[in-house]
Amino acid sequence: MEKPGLYYYVNKVIVALLAVLFLIPLVWTILTSFTPATDVITRSNPFWISRPTFDNYIAAWETVPFLTYYWNTIVIVIGILVVQLFTLTLAAYAFARLNFIGQNVMFIIFLVQIMIPPDVLIVPNYAIMSELNLVDSKLAIMMPYWASAFGVFLLRQTFKQVPIELDEASRVDGCKWWQTLWHVYMHSAKPTYVAFALISISTHWNNFMWPLIVTNSVESRPLTVGIAIFAQSFETGAQWGTVTAATILVIFPLLLAFFLFQRQFVESFMHSGIK
Amino acid sequence: MISPPRESVGVKRTFNWKENLFAYALLFPSLIFLSLFTFYPTLKSIYNSFLSSGFGQKTFVGFDQYSRVLQDEVFRKVIINNLWLAAATIPTSILLAVYLAVWVNDKMKGNGILRASFFYPTVIPMIAIANIWLFIYTPDYGLIDKFFDMLGLSGPHWLGDPKWVMWAMIIMIIWKEAGFFMIFYLAGLQNLPSEVYEAAKLEGAKPFQVFRKITFPLLMPTTLFVLIVATTNSFKLVDHLYIMTKGGPDNASNLLLYYIYETAFSFWDTGAASVLTVVLLLILLSISIFNYAFLDKRIHY
Repeated sequence: MEKPGLYYYVNKVIVALLAVLFLIPLVWTILTSFTPATDVITRSNPFWISRPTFDNYIAAWETVPFLTYYWNTIVIVIGILVVQLFTLTLAAYAFARLNFIGQNVMFIIFLVQIMIPPDVLIVPNYAIMSELNLVDSKLAIMMPYWASAFGVFLLRQTFKQVPIELDEASRVDGCKWWQTLWHVYMHSAKPTYVAFALISISTHWNNFMWPLIVTNSVESRPLTVGIAIFAQSFETGAQWGTVTAATILVIFPLLLAFFLFQRQFVESFMHSGIK
Repeated sequence: MISPPRESVGVKRTFNWKENLFAYALLFPSLIFLSLFTFYPTLKSIYNSFLSSGFGQKTFVGFDQYSRVLQDEVFRKVIINNLWLAAATIPTSILLAVYLAVWVNDKMKGNGILRASFFYPTVIPMIAIANIWLFIYTPDYGLIDKFFDMLGLSGPHWLGDPKWVMWAMIIMIIWKEAGFFMIFYLAGLQNLPSEVYEAAKLEGAKPFQVFRKITFPLLMPTTLFVLIVATTNSFKLVDHLYIMTKGGPDNASNLLLYYIYETAFSFWDTGAASVLTVVLLLILLSISIFNYAFLDKRIHY
């Protein structure tokens, strides 16, 4: 291999500096969350803690009903994912392997959801939820996302790559269509399912506007809405410690999962952009 | 991104009753939710945009409501802010993303950490990002003003000054999005043919020349895909406004989707909110139609 030139090292240094710059908000938040409330504003060096403390976490945990919020978020995220997997597997199979009248029209009908995501239909969807008497329920948060055109197209691509001979062989063996779907298609599409699941989970863990609108009680609110309402109750810097601690508690599970399964995360998101 | 299904040419197909029924049965679960929460609400918005909703009574007003809402000063401000945000964040974060991708692409030790430090903002909720950056931008005590203090400067009131608030948002959005777009470029770089690079090396091409003449043109499909995602995102990302500015000061940082939220759930003007929703739908539809009609055809190698 030839020796890299000066330009190489200059660019590597720039990229490393940018990485530090990108990490500063996270590092600073973590440090602030361990700083005593009295020191947060007076400290001269914001990247140094002279007396580290857990008090902020204790205070945050005591004021915010975190267990309820975590539970709600987990129920919502899983509830969305499970139904999505069901609806998108069936639709993807139909698009990948069946011939039917109006296939192109159906394709466009599904495509519309990619163009108009439920996130922008908050006003009419709120009216629909109140007609259905579902306002302030976890069901109301989940239902608009139960069909995922993005997931259907992602999975359809994978299903199409399954050799048709495998399909035929399993039918010759006497498998019912749903057995073939399970053994042949779903089995070979595992990486696509993982990719879709990671994207779905992180999207809905982070979703805010829609849950904010359709919920108004602690019992149905997810973490993002809970933390936003909590942070709203403060104006001055005195509570920074508590708010940063609460923020870390919200982002910690996903961040931890991300650093542990970095490759899967990055590959999943890559996957979503490839034809 | 997505190619429509192709009818198999040359094969004569007979109408298969059972297969048709079966296909629609499989599509049915998805179709229920698509109809209920995409198509019905879309039509409902269009219908409601022609109804005035004052004092609980709905009256048909035709296009009057459109002219009321669209001529409003705030509407103009919000649209300009949205365009301004898109114009400032999209090219910057895309250029940054390409640059980062090129330099963290090789299998060198430490590149994993570099990638992670650029990508992690993608997995943090916008609402948490807003909490963090609110403190960064806080006057006097915030991280930026502490830094300015060290240099003997004093910063403006970042979020309270109409002149600065959009800049503050733009920097935060670039920080959030650059790493996300970098991922797509990393995927794109993996598909580039290595022979071209060897040829370029033999010709003695300079690194920047190679990038400008080979890498960047070959990455065009990725760039166009990212462009669509970025444009759509610039209309969808509004959560941070709830925490940071509520669209203020004096609507200087307000964006269309947040304005819809305010109009519907703070001012309870469903008619106006429906008009705004229709405008947003039209914008999003034209982005996709532009994509499918013009871009998708040109992005094959």
